[in-house]
Amino acid sequence: MRSTQRVTLSVAVVAALSLAACGDGGSDAESGPAPSFSPGTTMAKIAERGSVKVGTKFDQPGFGLKGLDGKPAGFDVEIAKLVAKKLGVSDKKIEFVEAPSKVREEYLQQSKVDFVVATYTINDKRKERVSFAGPYYVAGQDLMVKSDETVLTGPDSLKGHPEKKVCSVTGSTPAETIAGYLASPSQLVLFDVYSKCADALRTGQVSAVTTDNSILLGLVGESKGSFKILNNTFSKEPYGIGITKGDTAFCEFIHGTLTEAAGSGDYEKAWKDTAGTIEGAQTPQLPTFESCS
Amino acid sequence: MDPFLDFAEPVLDNLDLYATGLWTTLRICLWSAFLALSLGTVIAACRVSPVPPLRRFGSGWVLVLRNTPLTVVFFFVAFGLPEIGVNGEYYWFAVAALSLYTSSFVAEALRSGVNAVPAGQAEAARAIGLTFGQSLGQVILPQAFRTSVPPLVNVLIAMVKNSATAGFFGVAGDLSWVGDTLTSGRGYAVIPVLLGVVIGFWILVLPAGALLSVVERKVAVVR
Repeated sequence: MRSTQRVTLSVAVVAALSLAACGDGGSDAESGPAPSFSPGTTMAKIAERGSVKVGTKFDQPGFGLKGLDGKPAGFDVEIAKLVAKKLGVSDKKIEFVEAPSKVREEYLQQSKVDFVVATYTINDKRKERVSFAGPYYVAGQDLMVKSDETVLTGPDSLKGHPEKKVCSVTGSTPAETIAGYLASPSQLVLFDVYSKCADALRTGQVSAVTTDNSILLGLVGESKGSFKILNNTFSKEPYGIGITKGDTAFCEFIHGTLTEAAGSGDYEKAWKDTAGTIEGAQTPQLPTFESCS
Repeated sequence: MDPFLDFAEPVLDNLDLYATGLWTTLRICLWSAFLALSLGTVIAACRVSPVPPLRRFGSGWVLVLRNTPLTVVFFFVAFGLPEIGVNGEYYWFAVAALSLYTSSFVAEALRSGVNAVPAGQAEAARAIGLTFGQSLGQVILPQAFRTSVPPLVNVLIAMVKNSATAGFFGVAGDLSWVGDTLTSGRGYAVIPVLLGVVIGFWILVLPAGALLSVVERKVAVVR
């Protein structure tokens, strides 16, 4: 009995492996002729390798969310695909690596990924360790509250209501920004992920959740009508594509790719297929780029 | 620039933040130590009491809390209680979770101390007419505490380090939170920042260990 089972199992394994091999062989045909780049550049290295590693979020609805099929989906993922395509790398040859906020610089410095598209706000502190291409999108910080909330109308109403706690993610830019609007530091509650903040809002532990409107939209979409966004943004968060520090050639290449995608409508399509499907989301214009450095 | 200063820059630049983190962690630990020692003593008394339901309650308490991962205990307190309508400060949720978890270890450390007290002590106490409460409170536990000092110190040191979990359950400002903020928010390198956190915990734990070994020498039972 036991040996029969083992035989059946190994047959299944062999079958699965050969199926996988078939799938792999098929994908090469789609990638088309490889574009040529000046030798030594990041583009040339990636094109020659034929595959690319991209850091993205796995838990941001609308931007980078890994679903049950195991593939991340969202606006960031689509932007990464546009860049990869221009490098001659097909979608199937992109390896998405989960890049939570705290490891993004580390991953780039250790070359664990080729670039990072992960709701990554461009700021000076981060520029000391990595470089950014873009921005490809400008988000703004906003507040999300329960649908029946009437007291809180914007960040300025927080100081007058010290009992109304605000939740954000530890170490995030929004957490540092909101601190200036609070009556005391203890009015701020911090978690490692926004889903816990949403949970705390649902159970009444906090009265508001704050971060970029792009992320809040995803949470509002998941709440089935119990949360709303105040639509009162109070910051500009330019999202950039993180690359190795000083790689200006790659930066210029990404700028070219994005500009072309905006012209061809691919940029707009990337938005409409992903974050744009959430109620209340507005289609963005490609922002003016910062200069590559 | 000096390579060491260069490496230590993330810590040296943020000494004030580390100081507040140290203070918050210390306060959480003092509260938790007080509550865990009190609660643990009650549970240990239950476990050695002559009343079967109390004994079962004591063993059940230890069984559940000692065998549940700390993060799960934190989860049940910080996210479970609001779910059933109990709202409160995350700071106190953290103290509660840490105290509950640690109390089971305190109870067991004390029970080992109680078991180490020679049976003749309890028999003598009974023989001169002391009630169970009197013999436990005035004869057995004072000796048990003394024998239990080393395991209790271990339990409390573990508790201080376990308090690092609090920063991930809504408590803003403790040592682990400081580490998280400096790395993910302000983009400092992870290794020096976390070494700073480690030093912070050492500052808390090492003097406590030294102090308690003095206590241990003073109160040790010579048999």
